[in-house]
Amino acid sequence: MTIQQSTHTLSVHVANRPGVLARVAQVFSRRGFNIESLVVSPAMDGKFSRMTIGLSGNPDGLEQIIKQVGKLVDVLTCVDHSDDSAVVRELALVKVRVGVEKRTEVLQIVEHFSCKTVDMTETSMIIMATGASEKVDAFVGMIRSFEVVELVRTGKVLMARGDQPT
Amino acid sequence: MTTTVSNSQMDGAQALVKCLEAQGVEYIFGLSGGSAIPIFDALVTTGTSIQLILVRHEQGAAHMADGYARATGKPGVVLVTSGPGATNTITGIMTAHMDSVPMVVLTGQTITPMIGKDAFQEADVFGLTMPVVKHSYLLKDPNDIPRVVKEAFHIAATGRPGPVLMDLPKDVSSGAFKGDLNPPMNLPGYRPERDININEIKTIADALGRSVRPVILAGHGAMIAGASAAVQQLAETLNAPVTTTLLGKGVIPETHPLSLGMLGMHGTAYANKAVVECDLIMSIGSRFDDRIIGQASKFCRDAVRIHIDVDEAEINKMIHVHHACVGDAKAVVEELLKHVSRQDTDEWLRRIDGYRQKYPLRYGRQGGLKAQQILDELYKMTKGNIVVTTDVGQHQMWAAQFLRTVRPNDFISSGGAGTMGFGFPAAIGAQFGRPNDQVWTIVGDGGFQMTLCELATACVAKLPIKVLVLNNHYLGMVRQWQELFYDDRKSGVDLIGNPDFAKLADSYPGAKGFTLKRSADIRKILQRAMEYNDGPCVINAECEKTENVFPMIPAGRPLEDMLIDRPRTKLEKPTGST
Ligand SMILES: Cc1ncc(C[n+]2csc(CCOP(=O)(O)OP(=O)(O)O)c2C)c(N)n1
Ligand SMILES: [Mg+2]
Repeated sequence: MTIQQSTHTLSVHVANRPGVLARVAQVFSRRGFNIESLVVSPAMDGKFSRMTIGLSGNPDGLEQIIKQVGKLVDVLTCVDHSDDSAVVRELALVKVRVGVEKRTEVLQIVEHFSCKTVDMTETSMIIMATGASEKVDAFVGMIRSFEVVELVRTGKVLMARGDQPT
Repeated sequence: MTTTVSNSQMDGAQALVKCLEAQGVEYIFGLSGGSAIPIFDALVTTGTSIQLILVRHEQGAAHMADGYARATGKPGVVLVTSGPGATNTITGIMTAHMDSVPMVVLTGQTITPMIGKDAFQEADVFGLTMPVVKHSYLLKDPNDIPRVVKEAFHIAATGRPGPVLMDLPKDVSSGAFKGDLNPPMNLPGYRPERDININEIKTIADALGRSVRPVILAGHGAMIAGASAAVQQLAETLNAPVTTTLLGKGVIPETHPLSLGMLGMHGTAYANKAVVECDLIMSIGSRFDDRIIGQASKFCRDAVRIHIDVDEAEINKMIHVHHACVGDAKAVVEELLKHVSRQDTDEWLRRIDGYRQKYPLRYGRQGGLKAQQILDELYKMTKGNIVVTTDVGQHQMWAAQFLRTVRPNDFISSGGAGTMGFGFPAAIGAQFGRPNDQVWTIVGDGGFQMTLCELATACVAKLPIKVLVLNNHYLGMVRQWQELFYDDRKSGVDLIGNPDFAKLADSYPGAKGFTLKRSADIRKILQRAMEYNDGPCVINAECEKTENVFPMIPAGRPLEDMLIDRPRTKLEKPTGST
């Protein structure tokens, strides 16, 4: 039997103050939620930051956690965008050990997924993949048949579509 | 010697003191040390009218500030040094946090260039306290002090109150101050209050209009919001009974015919029976703590459940409710009053009165001196016109049961945290805040020993606090659980080694000890304690050692499983939290 797992993506708008990340993270860890991905960067107004938090786990209790995050003094808004129409993107860098023999094969995959090669040496290349997480997953799945030596993903960033605020 | 300082030559600490004055601070409870010396010095050099109350242990300072806050509704202030001074306050901060008590804690810190380098008496107090504060600050610039003080008091006292910590590095408190003493706050994410949703209120009023067996559950939130009069008016308008949490004692007078007293694990049988049989329960400022709901899934499962709370995160946390309204309890209840009318609850009240007659709070008279009887007599002698603080254990529950509370803010107890050692220092804070009231603290022989060093603090200030030690020579509440659920296997509960508390009191300058051994002497000794006002007095009451608190709902069991009296059959180990 598999436990119902679901993924959630929260967008948290916070005042850019020391400790705010720890306070937000603490709410999740206390309730046993595992943060899968976390992106923190300055918001449009530099006095604020934007956190995009990817979660998986039992959604039970998530509603309450969102309210608990929302009530932190330094948090302006905390919104669950999982069911909304939102644009979600991430970026991955993949370093592949590949010589001349297989280079064309790798480049075919790169082209298929509209990725970019951002570094190339005699023996290796770094590929940048961008897009929805599923697409990045699919690309990473394919490229793994070659010798992947390093993989770094940014985690999801998100923006609500249309007039809706993020 | 005091010197006056002008803005132009102030240091951070002096600016801090000026800002605390501007907040109306009367007392600071604290104990100094290296990194806090500049602040203690500023208490002298500014010639401030704020009084420093020197404690004997920093935990006591935190509980004093807490007791002061609960007794007055104003934030309590703590000032301690870095490292161990600060960590000693953590139990007190957590206690205040659990019970939504406004408090501002000022901690010294090592100089900023040494932070994170394991400097002498450095502790990451900002990090250590993060889970138990409403908010916290680590200051880096003396010029930020006025804004942070303003924000700290605002955050501590508004919305759902709580403790706020300011960690003050020594170079910040001793650095030159060139800022503005009255800057604006900058809290873009803090929205403690929001507009009440009238539609929600109307929906709640409709539900109340359909109920024939309503119960109002009033908690600490109702007290904090100053909603007592409104809640009483609501109860009278609806003709609905009111039960309260431990911290809600006094929201409406417990002498009121509609009052059912406290509910929950050791609540009155009639309150618990009313909650079990009601067709509607409406919580006003309680968070449905596990000590009052027993088994969450079975709590009022067939009743309409309504929750009024200032903290949105409390709605649907423990109990799923049909209707909720987020807002200040007083504002919500006053609005609700416009939409409700008297309900036909006579039959319901008669049924509850039947339970009141059948299952009153009672205790056996045979055997040794009964703690319950002492409390019963104390209530009869004072008619409840006293401020009571309690420690944690059996005596706390008996105090809650037998000392009826007739005014708000008169019953002060560590509810959420259940912190032993709270009662006596909290009484000191309460007495500072309420100098004209008679303050009693009801403590156990175990918990009193955790903070009794503050007898010195009470003596210095000549506080006429009455300490009633209900001495059963056991960690009684734990012994009770061992008796009921663990085949009476006593493990680590025997308090051999207790001092003679009366003699101990006598050894402090200005304090007085009394010994109470026979029930015939109860009134006489209580009377003498009431007449002793030159300092604190301690009554060592040698009580029946193995008395138990009833009624009792075993932790994690539904309210239906309440034991009115000692059970004849062996009980299963409780599954609920602690
Ligand atoms: C600091 C702390 N430690 C342990 C406990 C667990 N505890 C709850 S009640 C109790 C017994 C208290 O004994 P005493 O103060 O003598 O009061 P009594 O129950 O005998 O009235 C204990 C150990 C606690 N609540 N707080
Ligand atoms: Mg005891």
